Amino acid sequence: MSNIFSFSVGKKLIMSLMGLFLIAFLVVHLGINLTLIFCDTTDNFNIAANFMGTNIVVKVMEITLFGGFFLHIIYGLILSIQNMIARPVNYKVANNSQTSFFSKYMFHTAVIIGIFLVLHLFDFYIKAKFLHGAESVIINGEEMHDLGALVIERFQILWVDIVYIVALLGLAFHLHHGFQSAFQTIGLNHPVYTPIVKGLGLAYTILVPLGFILIPVIIYIQHS
Amino acid sequence: MDLTLKIWRQENAKAKGKFETYKVKDISPDSSFLEMLDVLNQQLIEDNVAVPVCFDHDCREGICGMCGLYINGRPHGPDTAVTTCQLHMRKFNDGDTIVIEPWRAKPFPIIKDLVVDRSAFDKIIEAGGYVSVNTGGIPDANAIPIPKKDADISMDAAACIGCGACVASCKNASAMLFVAAKVSQFAHLPQGKVEAKDRVKNMIAKMDELGFGNCTNTGACEAECPKEISLTHIAKLNREFFAAKIL
Repeated sequence: MSNIFSFSVGKKLIMSLMGLFLIAFLVVHLGINLTLIFCDTTDNFNIAANFMGTNIVVKVMEITLFGGFFLHIIYGLILSIQNMIARPVNYKVANNSQTSFFSKYMFHTAVIIGIFLVLHLFDFYIKAKFLHGAESVIINGEEMHDLGALVIERFQILWVDIVYIVALLGLAFHLHHGFQSAFQTIGLNHPVYTPIVKGLGLAYTILVPLGFILIPVIIYIQHS
Repeated sequence: MDLTLKIWRQENAKAKGKFETYKVKDISPDSSFLEMLDVLNQQLIEDNVAVPVCFDHDCREGICGMCGLYINGRPHGPDTAVTTCQLHMRKFNDGDTIVIEPWRAKPFPIIKDLVVDRSAFDKIIEAGGYVSVNTGGIPDANAIPIPKKDADISMDAAACIGCGACVASCKNASAMLFVAAKVSQFAHLPQGKVEAKDRVKNMIAKMDELGFGNCTNTGACEAECPKEISLTHIAKLNREFFAAKIL
């Protein structure tokens, strides 16, 4: 018998597990980012970013994270292409039944997030890590990249903020379906707990992207 | 009721199809959708303007799963929890234009006009949608106790008539709701549990092989299923599959 990932349901399992991992990662990312607007200096942000870049456990998690992104994207592409092939001729009248609205646009929102991810990784991760794009700063006697200053500098540029907000809205729409869909794919559907999962998903979908969006908005207003 | 019908006409599987427009007059609001098509076909024969429109139908009681038309963007039309044969013309308004299309999915090739070949479903059933019968004496009906809750869930799944509305409505042409219903109806019963692992693996493998799309948990299948098969059966299918492959 062939391995689990040769089955459509096996590929979807990977997509959902990686999706949930990325959802958990976003909470950590947001927590660190929020120090930029809730702390007086960028020191806490820089210390956290430095910890994320140097701690061995986090480094292992980083590999998992990139692997997670990679598998989520690759399997998403494979499954989407199969879906397109499965209906070679479209209907004249599109289906208008009551369904999960954002699930119909998962591929579109994924493309928005994917483009943003490339820009985002280049602008911060690669630039700081490999291209010496960030200044150095000494905090508590330790030298580290001043990523906080880089973020604040970037968020003073209006078009950067607009791209960021559009991407975060795409992420919100993606997560609106993705959060509860991941649980269904894993097989967790329960008359009592599924409505709670959907409620949590909605709260996450609103609060996490909103938290991310607030940061450039506040920084832009403070510096203009 | 006077209606304008835009109907997909296709000579055979290989021919290029197109929409043709027909007008029908004095249709009773109490007639079924298929009776309305019967009237159209009678009119086409009498007027000798075109060959009658081919469409699938059999019991006309909503239980056989043969009828299936994609009407104004919805499998089985605008009513809920009914098949096309149980759809009545009172669900439409006088003067309406109704667009009638066949099920659209690669594994459901068009045979003629609105008739599609749904034998892909038979192939999925052949892959494992049964309980192997051992010969011998007839067992006592109460010899194996089955909890009422499990019997009810199994019966709900067994209500699937295999019409294909789930595939037709799904944006991915996925057959997951059909396969889920067939797996779930056995998975909840002791007789079905004996072959449960092979069943779920073989049926999903066949579904993939036949070229159905993948489930994205959109829910159109559940919304359009004439037998109201729930998405909870797809979750059950997933659990059965992971248990079969991982445990």
